[in-house]
Amino acid sequence: MKSSSNTARPVYLVDGSRTPFLKARGRPGPFSAADLAVGAGRALLMRQPFPAEAIDEVILGCVVPAPEEANIARVVGLRLGCGASTPAWTVQRNCASGLQAIDCAAQAIASGRSELVLAGGTEAMSQAPVLFGRALVEWLGRWRQSPSLVARGRLLTRLRPRDLVPVIGLLKGLTDPIVGLSMGQTAEQLAWRFGIGRGAMDRFALRSHQRLGQAQDAGLFASEITPLFDTQGQCQLYDDGYRPDSDLERLARLPPVFDRPTGAVTAGNSAQVSDGAALLLLASSEAVERWGLPVLARVRDSHWAALDPAEMGLGPVHAMAPLLRRQGLATEAIDLFEINEAFAAQVLACQAAWSDEDWRRRALGDTADGPIPDAALNPEGGAIALGHPIGASGARLVLHLALSLKRRGLRLGVASLCVGGGQGGAMLLERVGGES
Amino acid sequence: MNRHWHLREADARGLMWLGLDHQGHAVNLLALGVLDELESRLDELEPRLAADPIVGLVLHSLKETGFIAGADLGEFERLSDPAEAAAHIRRVHRILDRIESLPCPTLALIHGFCLGGGLELALACRYRVATDDPATRIGFPEIQLGLFPGYGGTWRAIRVLGPIAALRLMLTGRSLSGREAKALGLVDRVVPRRQLEATAADLARDQPRPGRAGWSRRLPNLWPLRPLIAARMEHQTDAKVVRAHYPAPFALIRHWRDNGSGRDPLLAGEARQVPELLLGETSRHLRRVFALQERLKGLASSTTERPRRVQVIGAGVMGGDIAAWCALQGMRVGLQDVSMEAIGRAMRRAQTLFGQRLSDPRLARDAWDRLTPDPSGQGLRGADLIIEAVAEDLSLKQRVFAEIEERAGPQALLATNTSSLPLERIGSNLRHPERLVGLHFFNPVARMRLVEVVRGADTDPDPVARAIAAVRAMDRLPLPVLSRPGFLVNRVLMPYLLEAVDLLDEGVPVGVIDRAAVAFGMPMGPLALADSVGLDICLAVSDTLGHDLTAPEETPQRLSRMVAEGLLGRKSGRGFYSYRDGRPSRERPPRGYRAPSDLTERLIFRLLNECVACLREGVVEDADLLDAGVILGTGFAPHTGGPAHYIAQGGRDRMRERLASLQRRHGGHFRPDRGWNPHPAGI
Repeated sequence: MKSSSNTARPVYLVDGSRTPFLKARGRPGPFSAADLAVGAGRALLMRQPFPAEAIDEVILGCVVPAPEEANIARVVGLRLGCGASTPAWTVQRNCASGLQAIDCAAQAIASGRSELVLAGGTEAMSQAPVLFGRALVEWLGRWRQSPSLVARGRLLTRLRPRDLVPVIGLLKGLTDPIVGLSMGQTAEQLAWRFGIGRGAMDRFALRSHQRLGQAQDAGLFASEITPLFDTQGQCQLYDDGYRPDSDLERLARLPPVFDRPTGAVTAGNSAQVSDGAALLLLASSEAVERWGLPVLARVRDSHWAALDPAEMGLGPVHAMAPLLRRQGLATEAIDLFEINEAFAAQVLACQAAWSDEDWRRRALGDTADGPIPDAALNPEGGAIALGHPIGASGARLVLHLALSLKRRGLRLGVASLCVGGGQGGAMLLERVGGES
Repeated sequence: MNRHWHLREADARGLMWLGLDHQGHAVNLLALGVLDELESRLDELEPRLAADPIVGLVLHSLKETGFIAGADLGEFERLSDPAEAAAHIRRVHRILDRIESLPCPTLALIHGFCLGGGLELALACRYRVATDDPATRIGFPEIQLGLFPGYGGTWRAIRVLGPIAALRLMLTGRSLSGREAKALGLVDRVVPRRQLEATAADLARDQPRPGRAGWSRRLPNLWPLRPLIAARMEHQTDAKVVRAHYPAPFALIRHWRDNGSGRDPLLAGEARQVPELLLGETSRHLRRVFALQERLKGLASSTTERPRRVQVIGAGVMGGDIAAWCALQGMRVGLQDVSMEAIGRAMRRAQTLFGQRLSDPRLARDAWDRLTPDPSGQGLRGADLIIEAVAEDLSLKQRVFAEIEERAGPQALLATNTSSLPLERIGSNLRHPERLVGLHFFNPVARMRLVEVVRGADTDPDPVARAIAAVRAMDRLPLPVLSRPGFLVNRVLMPYLLEAVDLLDEGVPVGVIDRAAVAFGMPMGPLALADSVGLDICLAVSDTLGHDLTAPEETPQRLSRMVAEGLLGRKSGRGFYSYRDGRPSRERPPRGYRAPSDLTERLIFRLLNECVACLREGVVEDADLLDAGVILGTGFAPHTGGPAHYIAQGGRDRMRERLASLQRRHGGHFRPDRGWNPHPAGI
């Protein structure tokens, strides 16, 4: 699918909620992906005037659900009390899975199949599976088939230490299977092409932290984040990846992670690996009327695009340009941009490409747009500061954008992500109704 | 005429099915009518099966609620002659013997309740198959009613389990899940419901040896061991209950000691012993308490809507535990508090509760999912029951209710868990005070089954009915009370506690006072109770309640002094007792100390007098509700049948005279309430 047309029936975002994003700290965190989604969803559903059973379907994005969370959307729907007769399905589009879920929900409503849909994304990256290597799996298969102790003894002598080295599922998932580059290396590729230096990346990363810190201090997340309690009674209130002590000097000291030793992409100017979930409620105008729901924003349109996997970070440009073109909107008409910060280099490359006449002509066959102002881009920081639980990020961007438009009394906003494997997705929101 | 038992002729597998559907009852009981019909079924089956063999006869229930929940207790109340009771027992013995002697394999299929007489019938079958779902409960609850199994249960349980396990099952009265019963050997197979019939067919065809206790489990039955073990069991039981009040466990142990050698003496022993217990005071009173609980359950109208979304405000120990309990019972609950730490502590306690009560981790997870921490009160809007459980501070509660009324939907029932503030004042600023009720839970919520449902002067009847239904939906027992200081339970406890403090002031040692109460049958002494409630709370209740007692009383200075010195009871490590690791010190009286002869009387009569006052004031509607409330709320000696019953048993006039004589000796605190004079209904 190259594009989605203007929707037949209007689709409204009515409410949403997310968990704090919790930085993965080398050990499995206390919440599974389903626990996270339930944590965000039960508070969201509790404040609705309709019962959970009134929801027509549940759609969740999740990239690496746990083995016991097959079709995790169904698990979450049932745990939230949506009832046995509410269908649920899970979507996977790597980093944009959460955005894909919202797009699917919007289509279901636009087409008249559903009135009320719970959609979003969840990811427990700290619990990503650690796998046996191929060699060990084969060895275990032979062990099971070995008839005698002697045969088993012989097998034991053939087991090498390196066969025991586990495969970290997360690392596999973050490496492109076609071009063999890790996601960080695609960012290094963009930095090289657009001439983005280490200093610019680190400044961008610092700004992300600073903006997040200011927003936290101002209490801007009270309506967005639902506190998360673990079974020990510990409460998480905020995105805990925020580093108030971050400064350029510290950032400059970090070594490159992906192109060693000469690269520029570090842990400090890349998105954090995190656990988190974000859920939204989408409704038709009939549902809005029936239940007297407040409208947060209208989902006006969305677009998906694909490109060379080695330059996947430019996905937002590939997706946003046709979206604005189709809607007849110029950059200046868009009040806010939420572009996922997979890497500082990648967002900076998007900004550069967006207004680069030459690149636009060659890559997209169109003309350059006006620049995306820094002030309108990720004004409360992004994934570099607060984390990127891959299945959830798309839903977080849409939720935050909608609340941000409302709070500022603005009208139009775009949420967009680059997608590992060489894709981009973008969604256009329009705030409707009264002032903020 | 076949009303209860339905026979399905032999199917292709050669199994004949005898299904029980007890007419006019929601659950199957082993009532007289059911037994009569079973007997005539046997008359018909015995010659048929002898002439025309089948593979097996299956006894099962045609009700979803379970196999058989026990005997019909109501029928026991009509028995007055021990010989008649003994004849009844011997008759049931014969019926079960005939089932045991049928020429084909017999099987009991068990789902849901299989208790008491139901289990005894199942044990008379050659095989038992139980389902593995949580609704299946198998056991002998007789001991809780002051009895022990009398339909051959002592013999047949010992036969399959050996004496130790069998007696433990009967002495504790605990019921088992299907899996636990299988592990013990009480049933032969435990399977999912869908495999019940197929498993029965397999057993009938293969005819494995019936389950019997192995030699090592039978060993304690041998002569030199049996009396030794019985003595030890009696000793252990002595540590748990007062022998004079609860004769049944001791009678059971002695029954085994004297008759344990085999079938005939055990059956004969049952027919001798059980009628004696059945007609004895303790069992009659315990059965009465059981019936009173059933009455409380019946107060909830089945058509009144049960709450599905509950909001609890205040995540202290009480509020947090109420919220967790409601979530455990299947409601979706919002737990609201301004303090994240308080919510966190409550969530942690909730997790512990779910782990204890739900053995299946998936069910525990579901309960956890239903309990939503709600610091900003977002659940208020959709809740159909809102329970306020913040600190006992009138203006705070009024502010909370102002917020509730602002945000809650018109459908919501409003409840306060206050124990000392008048409902009318809490609701004085409400636009709709008519929908405010009191739901007074007791601590610890998970153990105390009583909830006082308080009707204020402004409360409409409909909210009260809804509150009663809500309490039932929480699997608690609702007691409707009027909004009077202390309601019922705290009101009658207070003079009893104050009397204990007076006694202490007169020089009676702490341990002596408490031991007297325990000997009477209270679960713990008044001073130990005060320590665990907290002396600060006792002081507050005494200050507000003292003037409203039938014999008004100032708070004893000792209590104020102790609280001022920080001696708050168990929670501060010292009160009337000192506590080390939560255990109270042992208070021994000085050598040669002799307690006042009217010690127990003084404690109990203060409580009885207040009960009479409550009844006169209409705090509860009648004497039966009073008894139910005081037994369940204070633990008042259940074997007495409750305070009002105790007064009636002792002779109302004589009891009043004893009170008057206490007044002559000890003063105005014992002034008999006016309620002793005329005779209100019930006493």
